Amino acid sequence: MNDPGYELLLWVRGPGWILALAVFSFGMAMRLFEIFALGRREDLAPPRPAERQGSPMRTVWNRFFPVPGLFERAPATHVSGYLFHIGFFAVLFFAEFHIQLFRHLLGFGWPALSAPLADALGVVAIVALLAALVSRMRDPVKRFLSTAGDYLAWALTFLPLLTGWMAYHHVLVSYTRMVALHLLAAELLLALLPFTKLIHAVTIFVARWYTGEQFGRKGVQA
Amino acid sequence: MSATLERGLAALRAGMDTPMATFFASCVHCGLCAEACLFYTETGDPKYTPIHKLEPLRRLWKQEFTLLGKLMVNIGLDQPVSDAELAEWEPLVYDSCTLCGRCSLACPAGNDITAMIRKMREGMALSGHAPEDLVHATQRAVTLGSPMGVKLSTLKAKIRAQERESGLTIPLDQPGVDYMVLFSGMEIVQFSEILGAMARIFKHAGVSWTLSSEAFEATNSGIQLGVSDLAKEILLRTVNAAEKLGVKGVVSPECGHAYTALRWEGPNLIGRRYHFEVVHILELLARLQKEKRLRLRQRDPEERPLSFHDPCQLARRGGVLEEPRELLGKIATDFREMSDNRERNWCCGGGGGVSAIERSEPLRAKAFQRKLHQIEELGVHTLVTACSNCRIILEEGLETYQIRVDVAGLTELVADHLEEDQPQTGAGAAGGES
Repeated sequence: MNDPGYELLLWVRGPGWILALAVFSFGMAMRLFEIFALGRREDLAPPRPAERQGSPMRTVWNRFFPVPGLFERAPATHVSGYLFHIGFFAVLFFAEFHIQLFRHLLGFGWPALSAPLADALGVVAIVALLAALVSRMRDPVKRFLSTAGDYLAWALTFLPLLTGWMAYHHVLVSYTRMVALHLLAAELLLALLPFTKLIHAVTIFVARWYTGEQFGRKGVQA
Repeated sequence: MSATLERGLAALRAGMDTPMATFFASCVHCGLCAEACLFYTETGDPKYTPIHKLEPLRRLWKQEFTLLGKLMVNIGLDQPVSDAELAEWEPLVYDSCTLCGRCSLACPAGNDITAMIRKMREGMALSGHAPEDLVHATQRAVTLGSPMGVKLSTLKAKIRAQERESGLTIPLDQPGVDYMVLFSGMEIVQFSEILGAMARIFKHAGVSWTLSSEAFEATNSGIQLGVSDLAKEILLRTVNAAEKLGVKGVVSPECGHAYTALRWEGPNLIGRRYHFEVVHILELLARLQKEKRLRLRQRDPEERPLSFHDPCQLARRGGVLEEPRELLGKIATDFREMSDNRERNWCCGGGGGVSAIERSEPLRAKAFQRKLHQIEELGVHTLVTACSNCRIILEEGLETYQIRVDVAGLTELVADHLEEDQPQTGAGAAGGES
């Protein structure tokens, strides 16, 4: 057992995982506290009658889709964004290996995607994320807005996808070592999620609700 | 740090709340808000990306309201917001944002960017980084009672002229009536026929109304400038006058920002609800029409096609969406909707105080092309709207690009299409008077 990949695997499966989970939990709790401790003032303007108000929950759902005309103005952003998210979450929650892990952690599992389909969706996510990177570097608006944080978040998301695909296909290094690297990448993503823009995975639902409520009380479905 | 900068930053801190922190945390720099903003779509300049207009405020949030940000400043990896930075942002926060709210509708994260820009102006103004023109307009509103400097004597002269023209009385300071009606200074000066139009409509519908000599100006430039204290002072005139006269409601006229100021921001500015209802003139007209107190006749079928420009503050930011359609449905024979209408409309480019900023004119003319395309593809000859500021901007823009489309106010259009032959509603409908 001199394979250094095996030692790394032991670490990422034990202390590494615990550490990542701890940092994630602490970070998320802290960030959410930072946000919710601020509070907000009651809106004293009388809202529209209930039947005329827009629904904040509908806003939460609606914002998964572009307002008419927006897609045409930014097709690359939309296509890469949709494909990445669909591929990423499909593989994360429905690849056989991941379900085994969830079964181990939670005590129950669910049906998996067929291996070729999960593989294909992983590739879709990888290609979409690469396209998103190219688009970020070439599109005048996105290039202008982008900071180191955007590229860090991109790398944090890309590495688990890439290493997962490489482990599955036994590319470059031993399977053991690649699985260890994959777990390490996933743990990095988990640990740093609360401290990067990746926190949007949680906060957008709150943001949509607030905006939906503000528009809604005026009688506009946002 | 200068005292003014400190005052400005304090105002920014005061505006920080859970929604704002959520919005900043949620932004992924996707750039889609740019595509929703007419200042970006018409110039192609990324600096007009709505979320970028908030960069100093975002930095302040990060540095003072997140642990990681505090750490970064402490170890010298981040610099505090400076006076120079705010100065650089002035044209972005004021000249190139009409507070139209389209970015807030488009953001996939759900960020109400417009609401944040409104709050950012509080800090900009107090730190001395608001456009002179807006500062002066607000000073005039506070000292003279109107940002355009319209005085009571001006109003009285216009009232007399319109009374002569319409043969009707335009009541001033009449207590106990149903509605106290406000006007924008722009209407009084530029479109004073609106006074006569209102008199005709209210006589026709049997509505008792009055103007107040203490509060006739509807607009509140304190809000556009971003100084809540002044906005409150301006607003209290209306609130006090209305509560003194004991009216049931206050009618907000054809001015978008006046409506959101009075209807949606007002109670929050003064910290309590009003003792009267705020109703936009279009809401009131649509209501009267439904109650059959307002009987409208159709335009001549030969008349040319028309469309409606939704003022942003009325539609997207105000929720008055169907009322103009209900009214135009009774009048127009060939009404054509714009490609993006109601809450999805495009701004005329002059809202949020932008039309008062002289130096912004070239940019405004460019941004107007968005509206121009919308109008041109309709092939209409008349454009109806319900905001005198939009009206001026539309007229100017169409003139600049030499497009022959007439611009009209909906209230006046309604007044011109009242069914004349029907007997008037009885005095009972007037109510309020004892």
